[in-house]
Amino acid sequence: MKKFALAGNPNSGKTTLFNTLTGSTAHVGNWPGVTVDKKEGVYKKCAEPISIVDLPGIYSLSPYTPEEVISRNFILDEKPDCIINIVDATNLERNLYLTTQIMEIDVPMVIALNMMDAVEKNGDRIDAGKLEEKIGLPVVAISALKEKGLDELMKRAYEVSQKPRKGTTVLADTKLMHLIGDCRIALEGQKVDNTLFHAIKLVELDEIEVQMHPESAKMVEEFKHTFNDDTFGSDFEAIVADSRYKYISKHYSAVLERKKGADRQKMSVSDKVDRVLTHKVWGIPIFIVILFLIFHLTFSEDFLYLGAGGVFDKEVRAYDATGKAIETFYDENGNMLQSLVDAEGNQLEGIFYKVGDALSDEFYDEDGNEAELVVDEDGAISEMAVVPYAYDQHGEKIKQFYDKDKNPIDILTDDKGELLPLYDQNGNLYGKFYTADGYEAAIVTDEEGHFEDVEFVSAIDEFCAGVDAHTFFGYEDGIFSPGVILFNTLDTFMGFLTACLTQGLSTAPAWVGGLVVDGVFGGLFAILSFLPQILLLFLFFSILEDSGYMARVAFILDRIFRRFGLSGRAFMPMIMGFGCSVPAMINTRTLADQNERTATIRVIPFFSCGAKLPILTAIAGGIIQLTGIGNADLITYGMYLLGIVVAICAVLLMRNTTMKGEVPPFIMELPAYHAPQFKNLMLHLWDKTKHFVKKAFTIILASTIVIWFISHFSWNWQYLPDESMDQSILAGIGGIIRPLFTPLGFGSQLSARWGWVFVVAAITGLIAKENVIATFGTLAACITSGFVANEALEGVDSVVEMISATGITVPALIAFIAFNMLTIPCFAAVATAKAESPNKRSFRFTLLFWVVTSYVVSAMIYIIGSWWWTLFIFLAVWAAVIALIVLNNKGKIDIKAFFEKLKGSFKRKKA
Amino acid sequence: MQTAENERALVALNQFEVGQSGVIRQVGGDGRIRRRLFDMGVTPGADVYLRKRAPLGDPLEVTLRNYELTLRKSEAEVIMVELDKEVRK
Repeated sequence: MKKFALAGNPNSGKTTLFNTLTGSTAHVGNWPGVTVDKKEGVYKKCAEPISIVDLPGIYSLSPYTPEEVISRNFILDEKPDCIINIVDATNLERNLYLTTQIMEIDVPMVIALNMMDAVEKNGDRIDAGKLEEKIGLPVVAISALKEKGLDELMKRAYEVSQKPRKGTTVLADTKLMHLIGDCRIALEGQKVDNTLFHAIKLVELDEIEVQMHPESAKMVEEFKHTFNDDTFGSDFEAIVADSRYKYISKHYSAVLERKKGADRQKMSVSDKVDRVLTHKVWGIPIFIVILFLIFHLTFSEDFLYLGAGGVFDKEVRAYDATGKAIETFYDENGNMLQSLVDAEGNQLEGIFYKVGDALSDEFYDEDGNEAELVVDEDGAISEMAVVPYAYDQHGEKIKQFYDKDKNPIDILTDDKGELLPLYDQNGNLYGKFYTADGYEAAIVTDEEGHFEDVEFVSAIDEFCAGVDAHTFFGYEDGIFSPGVILFNTLDTFMGFLTACLTQGLSTAPAWVGGLVVDGVFGGLFAILSFLPQILLLFLFFSILEDSGYMARVAFILDRIFRRFGLSGRAFMPMIMGFGCSVPAMINTRTLADQNERTATIRVIPFFSCGAKLPILTAIAGGIIQLTGIGNADLITYGMYLLGIVVAICAVLLMRNTTMKGEVPPFIMELPAYHAPQFKNLMLHLWDKTKHFVKKAFTIILASTIVIWFISHFSWNWQYLPDESMDQSILAGIGGIIRPLFTPLGFGSQLSARWGWVFVVAAITGLIAKENVIATFGTLAACITSGFVANEALEGVDSVVEMISATGITVPALIAFIAFNMLTIPCFAAVATAKAESPNKRSFRFTLLFWVVTSYVVSAMIYIIGSWWWTLFIFLAVWAAVIALIVLNNKGKIDIKAFFEKLKGSFKRKKA
Repeated sequence: MQTAENERALVALNQFEVGQSGVIRQVGGDGRIRRRLFDMGVTPGADVYLRKRAPLGDPLEVTLRNYELTLRKSEAEVIMVELDKEVRK
């Protein structure tokens, strides 16, 4: 199969072209090696199928960033059959600079003049034919977005790929050509390919080239002494770059026809938008608001704070049988009540209302259901609790049961607690009972045998009865944000499947039902139901990136980042970390500086990724549900912020200790704003979904089964029912390592029986962070037999189970979130970090760094949260550490020497 | 011609006021930063226009070869520019 490579500047429409050419055949390469970060796909509309490789976007073939090195090595070593050089026609001058370098390589080449529609829209004109004539390479005008000229492009690319091409250069007329020629002869003698390209790079004294051909480099150095240019002296690099641009400008003016009278400094829409978004005063606040809005739209259960603002507040009232609201209440003697509570705030015993002159205590809610008053301590009605009844097959309410002889009975069970046969007042035996909505039901009695409630016979019925519009869109407290609505929709669907499974397996052996419902599907659904929110978050970030705003964010924030020894550009991989650490770590290749790269890779997991979000939302939800204080939004936002703060501190610490160095440069293109392309966004999301689902069905599914297994079997391979899980293998493992986590609040201080659950969940999180809550789900089903999480947020329910079973405190819960956020990320991210690390030592240090950071931060959270005064101790310790580092860096003390000495004296003692 | 140019003083790009423009005459600096500047089209002879400063005063945004480039003041320091309009009519 022929192989064509796409090369061009970043933002020249390369990815759009790639997606259009390869369609659904594209697959994102996996990420272990540095060599495989290019995307590959197949183009089928030619005489034979052609493999298309999308190289990273680059400005030059000089080895400034790792991406440039990758592209350069790919073209030189893999020898594609043709290079399609994409050139942004709206920015011809700078784009052709790369073209003048690629054309020096001995490889067939076609220029794709992209965004011609945008040029024409501006009223300018570019003559593709003239450009082709001047530059000596085929030029095809295309629009990757509108899919124009693509067949023509591929046809010509296929044509030129049939025969080899020798490299040509635009430097032919320069004074350096003689030297280039000499270098070429020397290289040809060494049997090197692409002599023209290598010779020119040698003359530029390019680092890689000088290393490869030290002999020839010496020749260039010698020549330098005899050479002198009027403007540049013997600065060959400058002469070469200048010559390229001179050549381009010379031919560029002939090719481009500008609209007559066009005003260059005219404000375009993009400029107007930019004026606001990078405004001196408003730029930073706008950025913070946008970031907050994204999280709010994705996660909030009180959209736009309408609920908190009181939009949905409604007074709960009691009604009489005719549906009239009751205004005044009376006691049993017919005296009007001033308040429904006594002096201590307890609800009064007898509350009545008047029907004519008679008193009644049969209250109804607004839907006409018989209900009991529930009064809060201020004397206001907080709830109308519907009185449960069983219904017969005609839908009639059963108020009284009778025995065979038509005597009314109140005790419905015999001495063994079995339900007696029940009859109506006419002596007919009831067949089945029903709920108010007509679902088949069974009668539940209290210990004495009084009627208490009805319960669903079928899990499916129970599920269906619990679902209504509120499940999806929110309750009286506010409507849900789009993210939560999507979440609930998928979650409800999953819940339905679970109910069906439970029903279907109700006759199978206990362990089969347990394995399938809890082990396999329970864990899987818990993870998949978070997919909508992860995708929505990813969508928002893709929109920011595609629109060009992300580059402005780097521009706005560079000044701040520089203080921490990073460039504003490091912001992009970091913010991508909120979506997923894996692409974020790969994205660090755009950073020029190795130290900056390593530091960024290390802190990327602190920017809590989508998979860690379930931990945040579930535990935050659990805390709110149990304590009733705070706001889940706020806790989530706060934990994200904590991650950022820790990242900043960690970078500062690294840049001042192990990774000292110059602040990396920040020279970057700011692309024009444009509306994001729907198709590209969707392809992005599709990629993401595929990746996530694949992960869920492979590694996560496998681990949930393993966990279910080791949690339901004891050391001697005996199947354990749910309630004796504390004898399982898993509990044993958790118990052994548990003391290690005591300073973090979820170790030995928790209840002896279930205290190991948090440790175990954190361990399973090393495989994939989604596992943490999935583990809770499995374990919750074990702690409470018959635990069914059919509420909208099943993660929260599991956490509540965990909290009540272990007696964990709130500071410890927060420490637990922090530990999971900051510790070693999932396997995929670890593998990526390994591949992107410069050497093994650096990678090992990265792992150690994650463990230590998470441990220290979580311990601080727990200890300070539990005993506030310890804050001062920690402050003192940190102040001492910082002082030592500063003194060391100023040369006042030498910590390294001190440790060496200590080591020396220790060894001597031993000897 | 030659003498006229020599007479005119060169201004470092970081000294520009927002809205000023000129022609790049020299690019100093060392190694990789210089290489990068060349790659991005910052070469002698190119027109440059200072569009704006970031909200915190640094980095700068310039228009160059028909596109927007951002760079820090410390990196703009080495770019010597002949100012337009002030002297030249």
